[in-house]
Amino acid sequence: AAAQSRPSALQSGESLATLKNESDSLKKKLEEERAKLHDVELNQVAEKVELVSALSIRTRRVLKGHGNKVLCMDWCKDKRRLVSSSQDGKVIVWDGYTLNKEHAVTMPCTWVMACAYAPSGCAVACGGLDNKCSVYPLSLDKNENLAAKKKSVAMHTNYLSGCSFTNSDMQLLTSSGDGTCALWDVESGQLLQSFHGHTADVLSLNLAPSETGNTFVSGGCDKKANVWDMLPCASVSCRLYDLRADREVAVYQKDSIIFGASSVDFSLSGRLLFAGYNDYTINVWDVLKGNRISVLFGHENRVSCVKVSPDGTSFASASWDTSLRIWA
Amino acid sequence: MAEGSKDQACVGAIDPEDDSPNMIIYRKIEDVVMRIQDEKAGGVTIRTVKSFLSKIPSVVSGADIVQWLMKNLTIEDSAEAIHLGSLIAAHGYLFPISDHVLTLKDDGTLYRFQSPYFWPSNCWEPENTDYAIYLCKRTMQNKARLELADYEAENLARLQRAFARKWEFIFMQAEAQVKIDRKKDKAERKILDSQERAFWDVHRPVPGCVNTTEMDIRKCRRERNPHRVKKSVYGVSDENQSQPSPAHIPSQPTRKPTKEDVQKEVTFSLRWSTDLSSLRRPLLPPPSSITPDTSEIPSDEPSPYLAFPLHSIYPLSPLPLPLLQITFLNIQLDRHCLKVSKVADSLMGYTEQFQEYDPFVSLTEPSNPWISDDSSFWDLEASKDPSQQRVKRWGFSMEEALKDPVGRDQFLKFLESEFSSENLRFWLAVQELKRRPLQEVASRAQEIWQEFLAEGAPSSINLDSHSYERTSQNLKDPGRYSFEDAQEHIFKLMKSDSYARFLRSNIYQDLLLARKKGKSLTGKRLTGLMQSS
Repeated sequence: AAAQSRPSALQSGESLATLKNESDSLKKKLEEERAKLHDVELNQVAEKVELVSALSIRTRRVLKGHGNKVLCMDWCKDKRRLVSSSQDGKVIVWDGYTLNKEHAVTMPCTWVMACAYAPSGCAVACGGLDNKCSVYPLSLDKNENLAAKKKSVAMHTNYLSGCSFTNSDMQLLTSSGDGTCALWDVESGQLLQSFHGHTADVLSLNLAPSETGNTFVSGGCDKKANVWDMLPCASVSCRLYDLRADREVAVYQKDSIIFGASSVDFSLSGRLLFAGYNDYTINVWDVLKGNRISVLFGHENRVSCVKVSPDGTSFASASWDTSLRIWA
Repeated sequence: MAEGSKDQACVGAIDPEDDSPNMIIYRKIEDVVMRIQDEKAGGVTIRTVKSFLSKIPSVVSGADIVQWLMKNLTIEDSAEAIHLGSLIAAHGYLFPISDHVLTLKDDGTLYRFQSPYFWPSNCWEPENTDYAIYLCKRTMQNKARLELADYEAENLARLQRAFARKWEFIFMQAEAQVKIDRKKDKAERKILDSQERAFWDVHRPVPGCVNTTEMDIRKCRRERNPHRVKKSVYGVSDENQSQPSPAHIPSQPTRKPTKEDVQKEVTFSLRWSTDLSSLRRPLLPPPSSITPDTSEIPSDEPSPYLAFPLHSIYPLSPLPLPLLQITFLNIQLDRHCLKVSKVADSLMGYTEQFQEYDPFVSLTEPSNPWISDDSSFWDLEASKDPSQQRVKRWGFSMEEALKDPVGRDQFLKFLESEFSSENLRFWLAVQELKRRPLQEVASRAQEIWQEFLAEGAPSSINLDSHSYERTSQNLKDPGRYSFEDAQEHIFKLMKSDSYARFLRSNIYQDLLLARKKGKSLTGKRLTGLMQSS
């Protein structure tokens, strides 16, 4: 059925009920069509794949310095630096390898829920309860007050839940509790594009790691594993949703895992999924076979954010226990 | 007061319609906790333990709980069971009878289960006046087991200062509570007192312990049913808390679907709508303000920013949501989707191909800097000399070659040697255009047009007439995505032609096979140009 173009005015005589019926029958048809594609389970096909060799992932670095819950972190492209933000309003730039704190900024608000490193490595973006996303150029001069050069880029009408630089230092993508995502021009602060479509808070966003496209996914849907429960009826388990098949192809869960996951990321090859949970642990899943390979203890409170480093040599976790850990 | 007896058949007090993330968790825990206590269904044995001069009613050992968890939740490692059990305790569902710190130990330490009345799922948010009454009443009773711990004494002192004015009232409430408690049966009191204490251990934890009642502020900000929040154990809140301990909540009458429900459904559907290929080419120009252009819904192609036009129309016209849904569903039906078996093969192929590049799956050469504290691995990556493994990756796809700056340079170098680099240079220029600040975009777009597409352009590229026309039109109002069509066309061209040749070229093969620079090749290729710089 070709897409109907029915802009503007309601056709006279069509009642809400008729439309609802049509939409229901289309939905049913869509479900049937999609079900036909479900010819096999991913983990069945993956039975013939070799097992992942036993991993001995351990904490390799512990970054201490935040005074309160760490809410977000992001890696620098140089694979060793990272930026983290906390409930206490502080944003810290670390050299994860040496544990050096290289920069620190105090935001005017608490609960800095989002932070991101610019691709050039020369700036960071952050925001939270101030409803804004600001960009701070990182100065080499230690004495310089970073806050002085701060640039307010994004303005939302509710808290900032996520931010990410897209192609370059010049564009910033944000997600907000006001239900929208937006793309901004950093230099001018101008709104380039606005994305409406959620009727509730957008809690996260994730960019596709592709040079050739400008894809991003927002809120509760991730083209990979989804752990953000944006809608009241969403679940708290990790699911793999494939856009090509337009369906869920795997669920990563276990009876003993009761608490929800807050953040996930894939290893470089996509074979492993690292998921941080509200039960203070990180579980490592075999994406293809669907089983849990190991559970990592160490944090003493919820894990809020998990991200694999740009070259895949480690992943970092941020926690409400005020620390960050780097695992390899 | 508190309903402590587990005889009370209290099913979880969670509103079955409440699907907030916290409630989902609580429901799961409550399911576990009820199963553990169900002796007839394989639960642990809860018994009375004799100690010195008294009996300890209704307890179970930590070891028994750990055993049960391992067996019934299929946990192989006791450390995991202990961790889970400790969390269940920290959230207030079970507690050690002789400790304020809520953790589970895998030994003979005795534990008791919390009364459903005090379960977190009842949305408890007890206020400080309540806590003051509690601590105050503890000091009135002359029992060793009720003696205040140091931190509690400190808390009490602080509260006395804070509530100096209404301390008389608090004192009276405490006295009243003591009177009520005295009327209860001795054994029952032991249990109730411990459950009450455990409740406060959750809401006013020992300093240093995690406060599990702390909420994620984003969830706090969302609409919550204020009626369900319980603020006082002792009934002294201003709000008229008329509910006693909760009995089984009868199922809610089914609500008629409302507009909000349909809205949610639209959102839900929208979540699963992204079509990767179409997202690359926005059909709608970026708006200068948030008020969007409502002239039409694109009819023949799925709009990449599907979320944008649909919702933007909604608030401005009386268009009913089902209409939007219909449009959307039709677009979905038109999509070509793959079978799961194909997708599975693709995923497996991808992970296998990149396996050797994944430091978590294969050993890195040299060692992973995070593990060995030796950064040679990174130094090597940064050098202009790419390893064979890295060069091999360029051969996986043109995307991989272009992703690596060194790969990109080598590809360009090859094309330049063939005097056919304009395609790649165009592609790179357009990529770079997208990275520019807004005010530079228009002029840069013009420059690109002049360089590659205008009549008599110095680096003229070959576009089909359709793309050329379209691009030419776009340039009338130049923007970041003016060249999307052209770029896609050129990309496909390079993929099937130049890229394949690049992989066969000496430049590439030399690097792949690690042939030293300057050495003559033993290959059969006669491309003629063999510059090493």
